[in-house]
Amino acid sequence: MELQGIDLSVVWAVIIAFGVMMYVVMDGFVLGMGILSPLVRSEQERDVMMRTVAPVWDGNETWLVLCGAALYGAFPLAYSIILQALYLPLILMLCGLIFRGVAFEFRFIASPQKRHLWGAAFVAGSLLATFCQGLVIGTYVAGIHVCNGEFAGGPLDWLAPFPIFCGFGLIVAYALLGSTWLVIKSEGALEGLARQFCPPLAALLVAIVVVICIATPMLHPEIANRWFDHSHQVIFALLVLVALGALTGLMRGLRRRHTYAPFFCTLLLMLVGFVSLASTLWPAIVPPHVTLWDAASPPQSQRFILVGTLFILPLILLYTGWGYYVFRGKVSHEGYEQ
Amino acid sequence: MLDLHALDLARLQFAFTVSFHILFPAITIGLASFLLVLEALWLKTDNNVYRDLYHFWSKVFAVNFGMGVVSGLVMAYEFGTNWSGFSAFAGSVTGPLLTYEVLTAFFLEAGFLGVMLFGWHRVGRRLHLFATAMVACGTLMSTFWILASNSWMQTPQGFEVVDGRVVPLDWLAIIFNPSFPFRLAHMAIAAFVATSFFVGASGAWHLLRGNDTPAVRKMFSMALWMALIVAPVQAFVGDAHGLNTLKYQPAKIAAIEGHWENLDDKPSPLVLVGLPDMDAEKTRYAVEIPYLGSLILTHSLTQQIPALKSFPKEDRPNSTIIFWSFRVMAGLGILMILVGLAGLVLRRNGRVYTTRWFQRLVLCMGPSGLVAMLAGWITTEVGRQPWVVYGQMRTADAVAHHSVMQMSISLGLFVVIYFTVFGVGIRYMMALVRKGPQAELDQPASGGPGQQQTPSRPLSATFNSAPEQP
Repeated sequence: MELQGIDLSVVWAVIIAFGVMMYVVMDGFVLGMGILSPLVRSEQERDVMMRTVAPVWDGNETWLVLCGAALYGAFPLAYSIILQALYLPLILMLCGLIFRGVAFEFRFIASPQKRHLWGAAFVAGSLLATFCQGLVIGTYVAGIHVCNGEFAGGPLDWLAPFPIFCGFGLIVAYALLGSTWLVIKSEGALEGLARQFCPPLAALLVAIVVVICIATPMLHPEIANRWFDHSHQVIFALLVLVALGALTGLMRGLRRRHTYAPFFCTLLLMLVGFVSLASTLWPAIVPPHVTLWDAASPPQSQRFILVGTLFILPLILLYTGWGYYVFRGKVSHEGYEQ
Repeated sequence: MLDLHALDLARLQFAFTVSFHILFPAITIGLASFLLVLEALWLKTDNNVYRDLYHFWSKVFAVNFGMGVVSGLVMAYEFGTNWSGFSAFAGSVTGPLLTYEVLTAFFLEAGFLGVMLFGWHRVGRRLHLFATAMVACGTLMSTFWILASNSWMQTPQGFEVVDGRVVPLDWLAIIFNPSFPFRLAHMAIAAFVATSFFVGASGAWHLLRGNDTPAVRKMFSMALWMALIVAPVQAFVGDAHGLNTLKYQPAKIAAIEGHWENLDDKPSPLVLVGLPDMDAEKTRYAVEIPYLGSLILTHSLTQQIPALKSFPKEDRPNSTIIFWSFRVMAGLGILMILVGLAGLVLRRNGRVYTTRWFQRLVLCMGPSGLVAMLAGWITTEVGRQPWVVYGQMRTADAVAHHSVMQMSISLGLFVVIYFTVFGVGIRYMMALVRKGPQAELDQPASGGPGQQQTPSRPLSATFNSAPEQP
């Protein structure tokens, strides 16, 4: 699939990885609002939490649609195998996202008697969607059984200790993202509460990551070989250093009451996790054995979408950024301050 | 117990989720353009009735848009979860088309919707009009791509099959495939028809309740003008679409007409009503008009129309269903044209605003555009069976291999969730419509300084004005 020296499949893998990262980060803190909202005492504070993400939630969710569509267009075989293998978790995730999406908004419209119902739907939808996304990642890393280009595993392969552990892990990760986001966007008692959430969540996340790091090489000999290979050890050592740096930055930012540092250090932490995941699996797109090139659509397809993507994606980033700019600043009970 | 296989359940699930979903985008497409016209007219004439109507309908638009977003997300994943055979085979064509829809339509809508709903005081009038235009443009762009994809599945071209997978050869041929122009026009106009009857029925409801304000009159009148124009145009486009189908999918036409066999050189009759029986290979209780079938479909008195028996049994679409779904669509279409004409007649002396029987009729016709659209989609989708990519891949080969248990769980979940969640959402929408357009004395509330405001989109734009729920 070479085109003037550029490997289209690699380009597409990078674009999709970028899309997934955008989704995880941007919907991560929105889902984090849902996960954290039972921990907040007053309805008013819950309103503020929702308002911090209300202007951006549907734009953020569009990244998930982009990931699905791009995988479908650039790697149709991977799309068909992965989505079939993860049938029930994905359906449940979509159900969770339906409740999260509408509950979020219906809550403001509903009568006072019914408000708490939509509040509960918001929490349940966010938790379900997050947990299922963790299941999906865990199952994906653990590997999908493929035979002759078709899914050959069972319908409940995702029901295993590692994916379930990843499900809980992702809930913690999104909660941390959410609380650091809240540090930026809220004020007063709520901001104080958000700051209090961060250290225990960060500690819990570190413990989870350690367990995942021990469990992952035991999933496949391929992963173990790669992790203990010399050339990769340098990369992993670097990643660990960056992660430690981000963690230190997070804790220092919290101690010195910085507004933005905790959030961006958490972003960096997520990025490290994402990069180590990618370098563990590369170049498999359906781990462990189906590679990017096995699953690629014909170059005619990849080239056709690449032309448009290269023009349109920067524009999208531009007006997405503009949206965040319009709704910048802290959110109080009265709405956005100018 | 019904003897349902995983394939039937997968088809049922897709039909259910896509039928529910299409209602929202159809109204979104129509309302977005309606809002653009309203805002442009307000800027041009400075008549505040247009501004009040804009604020009223943008709230309904917001609720409707939100439900379109969440129900649409399901669709983007269902191709892979339920139809992995299809996505592995044809993903190289339908995947890129869907990607372009996300890039050029979904992000565009999401990006400018915020300004459209909440930016009334944050940006200048012209920039606000631009935002509305971008949202309207996004909805039509979305129609373009998804119809290109669907049309390609109906009349595929511009590709070759290598090692059991589709390889695109000519993207222009793929997008502008033979049925695409007809299908795109037919669907876009269907959205306008559905919206004009929805808006018209809202106006009729208020007039019947004695809420006879200039704004209500204006929207009732605009909806009737729109219906008067688009309903006949739709009949014309539909006829052209039918002739296109005759050329490329003759079996579908034969099934629509419930026409089983041609005798010697005799012209084909038109079966007005009847009950096609797929096993007995005939249409029971048929009421036929001689020559009319040939006249309508071939525009001649001698040529024959295709007959179902000339196709192998396994290649025949279900005539029992699409014979009737087609008649529901066409019958409603005729009724809608008549309503438009009646409105024109009653317009003289302004009787259109006082004639109660007519208003009741328009009120009853409120959902007719949506019903006709669903009937039309059922006709074209059931009619292309047993193929998922016409002549290339059978639906039975496209389905993912899930157990009946798994399919039943997911179908049950979707049915329960869609009816509760979207049921509530549609009730909120109706409650907003009941509230009616409000004349704003000074400045509109949305986004105003000092207002307790939810700067969010899309659904909570209705926050300030939503009525109490029972």
